Amino acid sequence: MNQRIANSLPPGTAASTEKKNGAMISVRGLTKRLGAQEILRGVDLGVAHGETLVIIGRSGGGKSVLLKHLIGLMQPNEGEIWIEGQNIIGMNERQLGAIRRKIGILFQGAALFDSMTVAENIAFPLREAGERDPKVLRERVREMLEVVELEGQEQKMPVNLSGGMKKRVGLARSIIRRPKCVLYDEPTSGLDPVVSDSINKLIRRLQERFGMTSIVVTHDMKSAIDVGDHIAYLHDGQIYFHGTPNELQQTTDPILQDFMHGRSREELRVES
Amino acid sequence: MFVRFFSALGRPILRFIQYLGEVVLLAAETFMSIFTRKLRWKLFLNQVVEVGLLSQLVVVITGGFTGAVFAAQTFFQFNKLGMGSATGAVVSVAILRELGPVLTALMVAGRVGAAMSAEIGTMKVTEQIDALRALAVHPTDYLVVPRALAMMVSMPLLVAECAAVGIAASYFIAIFLLEINGTYYMANMVKWTLSRDIIMAVSKAFCFGILIVFISCHKGLTAREGAVGVGRATTEAVVNSSLAVLICNFFLTMTLNIIYPAGYQ
Repeated sequence: MNQRIANSLPPGTAASTEKKNGAMISVRGLTKRLGAQEILRGVDLGVAHGETLVIIGRSGGGKSVLLKHLIGLMQPNEGEIWIEGQNIIGMNERQLGAIRRKIGILFQGAALFDSMTVAENIAFPLREAGERDPKVLRERVREMLEVVELEGQEQKMPVNLSGGMKKRVGLARSIIRRPKCVLYDEPTSGLDPVVSDSINKLIRRLQERFGMTSIVVTHDMKSAIDVGDHIAYLHDGQIYFHGTPNELQQTTDPILQDFMHGRSREELRVES
Repeated sequence: MFVRFFSALGRPILRFIQYLGEVVLLAAETFMSIFTRKLRWKLFLNQVVEVGLLSQLVVVITGGFTGAVFAAQTFFQFNKLGMGSATGAVVSVAILRELGPVLTALMVAGRVGAAMSAEIGTMKVTEQIDALRALAVHPTDYLVVPRALAMMVSMPLLVAECAAVGIAASYFIAIFLLEINGTYYMANMVKWTLSRDIIMAVSKAFCFGILIVFISCHKGLTAREGAVGVGRATTEAVVNSSLAVLICNFFLTMTLNIIYPAGYQ
């Protein structure tokens, strides 16, 4: 079976339609080629305000590439990306600034500034937005560290943090300006199951506390089921499945079944 | 066969033209940002310390020993003609017009250019530059502008320092080691060293500073493929900056000599 078993969005590309649908993010026919390889082959996707969408798929399938397109860090070869009724394709770096203030991103490796302390990293977006009062900055940093459960770690350098702590600091930095949407790139990769679970709960808590729209890219099925309102499966550069966690768990589609249960189609060959 | 030959010949030329274009665009964007965006003073002052203050030792040693050895070599040749006391004039004009700016630029390219390229390159491959962009901070404003301004301020001062130390070293060598008459040495030096020699030194320093900073920052911003890529970017930054300094020095000398001709006219 190699056909899409669910489609994500009704047709229509005008900005008015996007606004009417109440979509926070809407992607149409996104195509990306890197050299000779076609990574994305016409991705269609929509995320409503306040929704948590999890994008799953195999490693190297283009999930992170798709996520980077949503914040303008990569430019597609074809297609449209609408953020709250604004098509961001063709915008330059300076024009994208206004869009990026609405969206936070947690990078796979957290991408903390390694020359700054935890507090300086978290306060960075506020400083850049013009906040200079040390009292306000201290208070906001303390508040964010409390949200990500890292109280008292202000003066540590990123090099002295564990993988899970780095991700929490990265998350605190991305939400300090209260963006409308947060993108998570593999938030639980490389973490043990307990830390992964705490990150999943944190994502859920942020969505409940601040009403943020979230897009989570992962290949961790437990994480996908735990945090997602909807799940999209990216396969062969297209959205192959889009539905609720329940619908995904009940599907009999062999490709999805293989992915969910971590089954490879390769036969185990034993040399005689 | 001809098609393949010309294609093989044309590809590096096209790549070179593209590279030049990218560096020029980075420079244009930086100057635009300098005049239209708010300067991050703290970052600028940090870079002044990095580029200017921490290059003192390198520049002083380079200037001092170059001045000393140049004075000795000039004296060995000139003394045979009975012109030993002209050593001061030759050393001072040569250091101001050529040796000071070029040697300082080469030292700064090695010390500061490499550091800039490595730092920005590491930020690039660890997604820190993507993080800046995602936080709505333009990498040129945050990373390139403070470095470019610091270089434009520091380079002329470093070259002036290098030349001053070089001339002072040549004086001491001439007087105490080569036993040239100090009065004649100073008189000739003051007579033949003109303010336009100093202007030429400072102008060259400014141009070389610009070359080094944009070549190094560009290499950092385009680094890829992890640690190997950063290493390659750093090496290329130093090599390209040094070559650019040496090549541009020729054209600057020819151009500036029309505006500020050497010696009395």
